[in-house]
Amino acid sequence: MTAPIRRDVLQDLEQFRSEARQWLEANCPESQRQPMTAADQYYGGRNAEYPSADAQLWFERVRDKGWICPEWPTEYGGGGLSAEHAKIIKEEMKAIRARTPLYSLGIWMLGPALLEFGNESQKQQHIPAIINGEIRWCQGYSEPGSGSDLASLQCKAEDQGDHFLVNGSKIWTTGADKSDWIFCLVRTDPDAKNQEGISFLLVDMDDPGISTTPIALISGESEFCQTFFDNVKVPKENLIGELNQGWSVAKALLVHERKLMSELGSESPREILVPSVAARQYLELDDGKVVDAQLRSDLVDYDMEMHAIGLTHFRTFEEKLAGVRSAAPLVMKYVGTEAEKTKSELLLAILGSQGLGWEGEGFNRAELDTLRLWAMSKAMTIAGGTSEIQLNVIAKNILQLPQS
Amino acid sequence: MALVLNEEQRFLQDSAREFLAANAPVESLRTLRDDRDALGYCPETWQKMAELGWASIILPEEYGGLDFGFTGLGVVMEEAGRTLTASPLFASAVVGASALLLGGSEQQKTDLLPRIAAGELTLALALEESQHHRPTHITTTAQANGDSFVINGRKTFVIDGHSADHLLVVARSSGESRSPQGLSLFLVPREAPGVSVQRTIMADSRNAANITLEGVEVNAGALVGTLENGWEVLEPVLDRGRVALAAEMMGLALEAFERTVEYLKEREQFGVLIGSFQALQHRAAHMQAQLELCRSVVLQALSTVDDAPEQLPLLASLAKAKLNKLVKLVTNEAVQMHGGIGVTDEFEIGFFLKRARVAMQIFGDTGFHKDRYATLCGY
Ligand SMILES: Cc1cc2nc3c(=O)[nH]c(=O)nc-3n(C[C@H](O)[C@H](O)[C@H](O)COP(=O)(O)OP(=O)(O)OC[C@H]3O[C@@H](n4cnc5c(N)ncnc54)[C@H](O)[C@@H]3O)c2cc1C
Ligand SMILES: Cc1cc2nc3c(=O)[nH]c(=O)nc-3n(C[C@H](O)[C@H](O)[C@H](O)COP(=O)(O)OP(=O)(O)OC[C@H]3O[C@@H](n4cnc5c(N)ncnc54)[C@H](O)[C@@H]3O)c2cc1C
Repeated sequence: MTAPIRRDVLQDLEQFRSEARQWLEANCPESQRQPMTAADQYYGGRNAEYPSADAQLWFERVRDKGWICPEWPTEYGGGGLSAEHAKIIKEEMKAIRARTPLYSLGIWMLGPALLEFGNESQKQQHIPAIINGEIRWCQGYSEPGSGSDLASLQCKAEDQGDHFLVNGSKIWTTGADKSDWIFCLVRTDPDAKNQEGISFLLVDMDDPGISTTPIALISGESEFCQTFFDNVKVPKENLIGELNQGWSVAKALLVHERKLMSELGSESPREILVPSVAARQYLELDDGKVVDAQLRSDLVDYDMEMHAIGLTHFRTFEEKLAGVRSAAPLVMKYVGTEAEKTKSELLLAILGSQGLGWEGEGFNRAELDTLRLWAMSKAMTIAGGTSEIQLNVIAKNILQLPQS
Repeated sequence: MALVLNEEQRFLQDSAREFLAANAPVESLRTLRDDRDALGYCPETWQKMAELGWASIILPEEYGGLDFGFTGLGVVMEEAGRTLTASPLFASAVVGASALLLGGSEQQKTDLLPRIAAGELTLALALEESQHHRPTHITTTAQANGDSFVINGRKTFVIDGHSADHLLVVARSSGESRSPQGLSLFLVPREAPGVSVQRTIMADSRNAANITLEGVEVNAGALVGTLENGWEVLEPVLDRGRVALAAEMMGLALEAFERTVEYLKEREQFGVLIGSFQALQHRAAHMQAQLELCRSVVLQALSTVDDAPEQLPLLASLAKAKLNKLVKLVTNEAVQMHGGIGVTDEFEIGFFLKRARVAMQIFGDTGFHKDRYATLCGY
């Protein structure tokens, strides 16, 4: 009773799956199949250093295979594969727990928007550099006075004939101090209504007048910065889309960001929490059953929620293939990031006092990381549009409830 | 693609919705309740449903079935959940028919399935013995007596027990009182000597009964499946029932939710539509998110019945637990967001609230399925 998929197409996909599996088996170094922490992530960029020789090898192999961005067009260095093929690669990488070879805001956010809104020379200039990990990007949207209410942003770009002159500041810019370029929302028409006077601009962070100040977080990391623009000259050709039409670019890009964030927690919880020896050894079990009834009940709630979220990711994928529209994609950021926070709380509960170590002796690395990740998980329901904003969007766009 | 309905299934959905709106809206349930209808469902409507093929939707063609699979059944269950339609669909065409399909002898199948498919004959599963779903806690006994068996015991919460032609009785022929081993299934005519049926009036105005079996004698041909291995049939039958029920609950939740959202767009207080209050918007949006997750769970569980039965226990418990929680949340919020009118009998939202509570108990409450899911996952 399933929708008819032609048999030869299915055979082709199965064939591709087995080839992908073999290739990954042969080419993914053992060390790149182990659980990772922030220090193991490779972001590329002008000043990048590989976290390890294996990480370099792994990245280069995937890059050469064309699988960094399997779905992007070949003319810009992408793999030119279909969504089904790309999904197979993702699934097979997940099956061997292969690490993501390149972490990149360029891939997750900017690239798709460039492919949609960029002109030919902008695509030529930026997309291959994203895929090859040559340029590291950061996102300059939020400002001290404009967070959820992004459209009120004030950082301005004035038309100076052949260039824009940018002045103002951005905040919570993840990785700004390590990035080469920044994609920004700037105000180009101060007299227009909020969303109508905004443009989408690419800025080289080597340009004179840009500076960054790192901000320390509750996790102890300082992953993000305040970014200052002081009379920065930006060439006109760095404008993406039309002047004053940046909001539509930003909105398209936000869809990708939220999708990504909703997938953060999509590994099966049973892989992370329960059978993983690491977490299991902290659980008090009796006859294979978690003794603490409250904890067991919370674990099942979480497992079920994640199971449902995973199935819903599949559903949205199938709906996309079938050309069916549904409300599911719009709820995923909310449910995914809320679940991510729940997971971190559960891990803390499981580790007990061993999960509360901040640094130094008495705690192993996994224990220390758990706490840092727990602290970091609090940001998930804030970044990329807070949970409350997600609920507003659902109420307005799906339920079409009256706005006050 | 298991998680998207195909054209045939969408067509079925449209025609089911149309049929039920015309023939069995919530108003019909109210009438059955207020008239204290002896049968508890409308036989003419049931006959029409059977003519549409709904009673045979999961049955193979050789037994007069439509062979439309569980996803097709789910579509109909969901629509019947929207209208709270009382009918033997669940007890007979899903649970009863599944038991015969999975455990019945060829003789039983050829004798009974075509009649079930035609809506002429109905079954009811006589399983529970306490106020909670404990499918292995069976003290009803079946003692061999030459070629026949003698059954003694008490059953409760037997869905459609007062109206079904045959009861499918779960009895113990050996084993400890809580063990899955030693259970056997017997087909017993409801009118058989020694069977006494007391109809119970439940909150949802649907049909259930308490049944006493005293020295009920059946012959060996009444055995469904093999002696003492009834659990092998019963467990997958229960899972199929849970999944079908989850589909019904999906429809119930959607309908109650949609009615509530409509109300938020109609009702004015403080000079504005109450749907403009963020306190209500966020709760409604949260429900929408849960509805989306549950939609995926139900579709996957339905297709698991046909395509991956080895995963059915996990998926059935996931679906039943998730949907139990969903209907509780949605029906409570639906009443609350309607204000005073929500607690009136005149207003239909209360029917959804009450059906939800009964459906939540059938074949396992949230606690039961959370425990089972955790156990299946190994913790
Ligand atoms: C880890 C992390 C990384 C980030 N990375 C970047 C980045 O790289 N680039 C970038 O530009 N930004 C980044 N951000 C910023 C992020 O987009 C903002 O923090 C977010 O949009 C919220 O804005 P705010 O912090 O000003 O909070 P506010 O908007 O001031 O919100 C404060 C509280 O009020 C609530 N609230 C606000 N408006 C409403 C409303 N209408 N209805 C109901 N409740 C409301 C919010 O939900 C929140 O709970 C990052 C944030 C985090 C946490
Ligand atoms: C059992 C019962 C007995 C009663 N007895 C009496 C009595 O003896 N005498 C009498 O005069 N009245 C009585 N009432 C009426 C009762 O006071 C009202 O039902 C109550 O004030 C709610 O008003 P409403 O029903 O019109 O709901 P509405 O005001 O229409 O509310 C509908 C929904 O909108 C929500 N809502 C409304 N405004 C806001 C807002 N600003 N922000 C967020 N949410 C909002 C409500 O919380 C509710 O969920 C009784 C009600 C009941 C149920």
